[in-house]
Amino acid sequence: MNTEIQSKNMPRYINPYFGGVLLGLLLLATFFITGRGLGASGAVKSAVVTTVDRVAHEHTEGSTFYSKFLTDNHSPMYSWMVFESLGIFLGGLISGILFGRLKKLRTEHSPKITSKTRLIAAGIGGILFGFGSQLGRGCSSGAALSGTAAFSFGGLIVMLFMFGTGYLVAYFFRKLWI
Amino acid sequence: MGPLIPQGIITGEWDFVIALLMGIFFGFILEASGFSSSRNITGVFYGYNFVVLRVFFTAVVVTMIGLLYFNYMGWINLDMLYILPTYLTPMIVGATVMGLGFVIGGFCPGTSYTGVAIGKLDAIVFTAGLFLGIFIFSESYPLIEGFYNSDAMGRITIGEFFGVSNEVVTFGFVLLALAAFWGTWLIEKRVRKTVTEYKFD
Repeated sequence: MNTEIQSKNMPRYINPYFGGVLLGLLLLATFFITGRGLGASGAVKSAVVTTVDRVAHEHTEGSTFYSKFLTDNHSPMYSWMVFESLGIFLGGLISGILFGRLKKLRTEHSPKITSKTRLIAAGIGGILFGFGSQLGRGCSSGAALSGTAAFSFGGLIVMLFMFGTGYLVAYFFRKLWI
Repeated sequence: MGPLIPQGIITGEWDFVIALLMGIFFGFILEASGFSSSRNITGVFYGYNFVVLRVFFTAVVVTMIGLLYFNYMGWINLDMLYILPTYLTPMIVGATVMGLGFVIGGFCPGTSYTGVAIGKLDAIVFTAGLFLGIFIFSESYPLIEGFYNSDAMGRITIGEFFGVSNEVVTFGFVLLALAAFWGTWLIEKRVRKTVTEYKFD
């Protein structure tokens, strides 16, 4: 790649080490205030439980999984994780506006594949990530990052095996990216 | 004095306001670091962009040192922190499936929300996939409940597992992070010369 073109097209991202320090301080503040870390997949779980409960209430009441997240008082959407994830969306939106990255709907993909291939891969990846996050007791935010930072052994395990698997299988999916 | 909410210093009504605020900061940092782009993220697996590793390791190390410092100063009671419980085999399987999803999908849940926010269609499809994946898990829960709850080790810390203190664990992470920053900087320089199909979006 021509370095001149590259530097001209470089988007204005913040320095990754600076970003890391900010994220670390935010996570520290979250632990200091709430006693728990940050997360992301929990909000989608709440959405799944809420949706299935609306469609088939008897089914969720009889299920040992869904019933764990149902109370008579309020909807499963009334949770810390849902509000936090709404914040993630808003924060991303603010950053996108500030740095000029908020644009019309588009699909980012390697020139070697079509948008359609990319979208199918994104869907499959999402399904796998969603399923895995339940067995893993959290995703990269809740388990790998927050778990490890709070010294949890399970957090470290999730981090090691998530990235380890990524490196093991990356070769087979290289056309999707490079 | 900390953590504030578990100790009742901040009351429950503030919970969701804090959640929203923390989320906004989180999303801002993720997007500003470049995680709303799947090709930026997956660079970590192909060596052309290690931004994920840099942000991730820096954050872990900063938080660990901060927690130890706060504990030393008596500002936080580490015993009241939520330590993610360990279910060894289910977590290994879950993380392996997530790793596969990471390379195929190019996002993780938090980063996909920021991709949705700036109009990435692939992020929207990934998030829909998350919904479907968690739905499939929830519906198959009766079949895998035994496995899901197997190998429970409780709220064990890294230090307890290896028989060392939190301080030693933190020091180990600092060394690991520095080595990783240096090593990946060298790899990235070499790989960027050969990768031609990648353009920042």
